[in-house]
Order: sequence, then C-alpha cells, then structure tokens
Amino acid sequence: MIEIQLNGKIHKLREGVNIDSLLEDLSIPKAKVAIELNRQVLHKENYTKTFLKNDDQIEIVTFIGGG
Amino acid sequence: MDRFKIGKRVFNSRLIVGTGKYKDLEQTSDAVNASGADIVTVAVRRVNITDPKEPMLMDYLDPKKITYLPNTAGCYSAEDALRTLRLAKASGGWNLVKLEVLGDEQTLYPNMQETLKAAKVLVDEGFEVMVYCADDPIACKELEKIGVVAIMPLGSLIGSGQGIPNKINIQIIKRQSKIPVIVDAGIGTASDAVIAMELGCDGVLINSAIAKANNPILMAEAMKNAVIAGRQSFLSGRMEKKILANPSSPLEGKINN
Repeated sequence: MIEIQLNGKIHKLREGVNIDSLLEDLSIPKAKVAIELNRQVLHKENYTKTFLKNDDQIEIVTFIGGG
Repeated sequence: MDRFKIGKRVFNSRLIVGTGKYKDLEQTSDAVNASGADIVTVAVRRVNITDPKEPMLMDYLDPKKITYLPNTAGCYSAEDALRTLRLAKASGGWNLVKLEVLGDEQTLYPNMQETLKAAKVLVDEGFEVMVYCADDPIACKELEKIGVVAIMPLGSLIGSGQGIPNKINIQIIKRQSKIPVIVDAGIGTASDAVIAMELGCDGVLINSAIAKANNPILMAEAMKNAVIAGRQSFLSGRMEKKILANPSSPLEGKINN
C-alpha cells in the first residue's frame, strides 16, 4: 500500500496504480476534470503512463458555478 | 454590424454571466439561457471525491455550445491564479480566461500588483486573458501594454449591487483603451447595466444581480434587454441636455392663436 494526498486528504491505494485507474476507481469522468500532480499540470495524454508513488500530491479539479 | 470582438473571437451577446450563487444547477442553466449570454464564467474547484455522482456544471451547460470562461476567484496571489488557470487549460484547452487576483476578503478588491504579475506570465504562455481590475486608468493602461484581450474594471465591489459610483473613471478607461472594456462586478439592477453600456463600455459581466434576484430567470432576461438597450442608446448618440423646456409639439396652428 502507498499513501498519497488526494485533494488535500490522505488516500491509501495499492502500488502500481496509474492516473487512469485512479479515476476509474473513484468513478470520476476523465473528460470533465483536470489534474495536477506535485504542483505540475498533468496532461490527459500522460494519465496512462503516470503511476502514483508514495507521498504524491494530486489535485483533481473540475468547473463549478462561479462569477 | 455591431460585433463584440474579444481577441480573435466574435460574440453576439455583450452580456457575460456568472454561474455562481444559484439555488441549483437547473436554475443556473435556465438563467443563463434566459440571459442570452454567449460566455459564462466558471470557477475551478476540487472534485468531490466522496460523492463523484454529484451533478456537474458541464451536465447542465454544454461547453461546446457556450463559451466557458474559467476564473481565478478566491486567488490571493499571482502564483495561485497561475496554478488555477493552467489547470483550466489542461481540462480541455481553455485558453480564454478571466484573471482575478484579490486583495482581501472584506472588499474582494483586486490586488493590482499581483494581477499585473500574473497577467504578464499568462500572456507569455499564450493565454487570452480578460482581467478583473481596479477602475484605475494607469493600471488598465499597464494591462493593455502587457497584451491582455479585455479590461474588466469593477463598477463597485463584487456582490455589492452598488452599481457604478465612479462613472468618470470608467469613461476615462474606455476612452484610452483599444481593447474591450467590460464592467465586471457591482451591477445591481438593469438600469446599472444600461448605464455601463451608455458609458460606451463593450460589455458587462453580471452574476449576483441575476442569481440573487427574487426571480433570477426574469432578471436574466431584464439584463439581456438592458445591455441591448444601453448599447443601442450609446450607438444612437443621446440628445443634447438643456436647462429649460423645449416643446415637442409645433407652436404653429394652435387653435387659440
């Protein structure tokens, strides 16, 4: 098991998980979100080849109502 | 043809609406449709991990049919604003963005030093930046020099509904600018929107005045009409003001002569 920070909260998951499977596990639609990994924007084409490591900080964001 | 051009994009409506503060997403979508706006501002926030089935804005407002303008609301530093907009771009190639860097929570007044810093970086990175800013002609001139695509001075404080107390500054900014000037923040009611347009502004951005009206859908329509009326009035060129009366009916042919 590894521990990551997911949207500011500790999240445990097995080793060897890439971004695509993380989104799938969380039932989050890929097309509607953007991701930052360790404060760097992660482009969608890199989701498959990016595997999460212990202590990674990941932000998953979407658009909500705002002025 | 009176076209509303921002950067290389052309829009029909000069009214931009915010999508915050509504009762629910259905009301948001109904109000946006009633407003006739082509552009809506949206905020970038963390996905609710515990409830991913929670409805999303994109389910109600299709970004293929209406232009999303991601904002940096809630950012108090250039760095936070840059992070937010880079994420917005990654989400689906959003290049046209609204930059706002706030000074404090009491006033939500723009911090122009941080705003200018962020604007420079964003323009260098190829963003088309529309900037919420102070009604300060010098700061606005700096923004234009940096290469932003629209200047969006506040009429009054965000969410205050105080209208445009300092019309002179807005006029000065409009007169000196070659890029669109859009009054952002402070519009409280339809007459405020008319005034903004009659001052010659290219557009207005409204959120609270619509969302916080008793009937947001009807107010959205009122704002649509107000922006059109104000623009037509500005283009028509108003009559000269006079101190004394000037009769509208001819004096010739009166029966008591």
